[in-house]
Amino acid sequence: MKPHRLKLRRKLALLFILLAVSAITTTPLYAKDNFKVCWSIYVGWMPWDYGAKEGIVKKWAAKYGISIDVVQINDYIESINQYTAGAYDGCTMTNMDALTIPAAGGVDSTALVVGDFSNGNDGIVLKGKPALKDIKGQKVNLVELSVSHYLLARALESVGLSEKDITVVNTSDADLVAAYATPGVTSVVTWNPLLSEITAMPNSAKVFDSAKIPGEIIDLMVVNTKTLKDNPKFGKALTGAWYEIMAAMKDGSPKAKTARTFMATASGTDLKGYEAQLATTEMFYDAKNAVAFTNSPKLKTTMQYVAEFSFAHGLLGEGAPDAGFIGIEMPAGVYGSSGNVKLRFDPSYMKMAADGKL
Amino acid sequence: MKRVMNIHPGTVGKVLLGMLPFILTIIVYLWASGARLEANPNDKLTPSFATIGDAIERMAFEPSKRTGDYELWSDTTASLQRLLLGVLIAALLGLVVGILNGALPLVRANLSPYITTLSLIPPMAILPILFIIFGLGELSKVMLIVIGITPFIMRDLQARTMELPAEQLIKAQTLGASTWQVILRVIMPQILPRLIQGVRLSLGPAWLFLIAAEAIAAEQGLGYRIFLVRRYLSMDVILPYVVWITFLAFLTDWVLRQISYRAFPWFHGQMRDKS
Repeated sequence: MKPHRLKLRRKLALLFILLAVSAITTTPLYAKDNFKVCWSIYVGWMPWDYGAKEGIVKKWAAKYGISIDVVQINDYIESINQYTAGAYDGCTMTNMDALTIPAAGGVDSTALVVGDFSNGNDGIVLKGKPALKDIKGQKVNLVELSVSHYLLARALESVGLSEKDITVVNTSDADLVAAYATPGVTSVVTWNPLLSEITAMPNSAKVFDSAKIPGEIIDLMVVNTKTLKDNPKFGKALTGAWYEIMAAMKDGSPKAKTARTFMATASGTDLKGYEAQLATTEMFYDAKNAVAFTNSPKLKTTMQYVAEFSFAHGLLGEGAPDAGFIGIEMPAGVYGSSGNVKLRFDPSYMKMAADGKL
Repeated sequence: MKRVMNIHPGTVGKVLLGMLPFILTIIVYLWASGARLEANPNDKLTPSFATIGDAIERMAFEPSKRTGDYELWSDTTASLQRLLLGVLIAALLGLVVGILNGALPLVRANLSPYITTLSLIPPMAILPILFIIFGLGELSKVMLIVIGITPFIMRDLQARTMELPAEQLIKAQTLGASTWQVILRVIMPQILPRLIQGVRLSLGPAWLFLIAAEAIAAEQGLGYRIFLVRRYLSMDVILPYVVWITFLAFLTDWVLRQISYRAFPWFHGQMRDKS
């Protein structure tokens, strides 16, 4: 073999390794023009799909001279993991998952848009028993460590029981409805649209739902704090697009109906089914309400419950010495360690939308 | 000059060459992990070996705060129990039906098309039906493994039985053997090592079905743990579990191979390779 060929080969091999490694490792975040956000199917996040397909997101991005890709991911947890790993600049998730996945993973995250809270969209169903306290001693099928688990813990607390009085069986949400149809499964905790599917089955009683703990299960658009800080345009474009979508879907006009029908079809149901889900979801159509909700001191109490639940279940990482290990910054103050703030509720962009300054 | 195909590595060279890909994988991992941890010290995607070590210590040698179990061991016992039970049932069913199918044309005409059809159904696609029949408990997990691998073993053993030289069977009959005696004394001893081979080949799918079953509904198990901690991206727990599962799979394969060597040395002499 001739020596110069060898050199070329070696160079090529080195180049290949470098490329491979740089592909795996994170690219540093600087001011940029292209952004990617992800979402998964849920009643409160369908508007993102509508906004993307109708060009509303594109229009707002263009207004600020950037571009935003809105990508649907079929698996909710996978979408958050992708965001946490740095593949996306923002993603839809609940307040609890925002704390336990990206924030606990050291990715400083900001809740840019507070979209809605679950007001009956999550619930506990018992087979053949009318009251929540009958759950004692039962095996409860649910997605372990999810908001369902949190709801269960809050429900048990309300009737003086604890998790020791039941057995939790981790069950994939994809198989929960089929699982409930088997005789061995007597109680489940889940969310819509599965919840309405299950309560419709004979001999089933919904004994507790999130309407009894309003405002505790919050659906957010979470973005990387550093990206947001370096690129306020990104936050402005996303927030602006969101409230234009909200305005387009909220009332009884034919245009809003078309929008809701689009979202219904995209989430695998019909207009009636989607509106039933909307009824148990407290959407903040008006940016003012979202700002007021974020500013309220109650949010701090909620996040404290969520942090305490997460800590008790080891979700803040094994290195966490107490529930306040990860600081959560809210307008009402910081919960937990102010030196380790990883989750922020920032109403300033929603405020701009409310004031018409976007 | 020696042709490449004739160059044999020495004993030491063989070990070194075999280890090279493993070492390279570890180096690439350390590199990537180091770079990600430099950007974010709390990164969970590619934890450092120290973090992974802590996780192993916690899972294997410290009782869990919630249940008081040593989680790695209770998960392993639960999973191995399901796996062994499933594989055992599958092997027995496979042996009986496979030999009968191979030896008796009457049975073959009756069962073979059905089994061939069954073996083509992806078990994961009929999960809701399996739930309704077998419930969500231990039974359904064992049955998923059984349903997943039995048809393969049956078909394999049927084919192996039919490969036996006809002269052998005719000779046994001229010596006065009945159908039952031919099956028991001529076919069975020759099929048993092939059963072990078939089981070894189905161990991979068996693990796959076990982990899928545990991901769907479980209270403990190796697959359960992986899918649970996946909820908060605990790669420091997932990575050692994956290594542990690989090791267990390797170990079961090795044990089966040793049994085969000891019990059927003639078979391995005949095959001339060391599989």
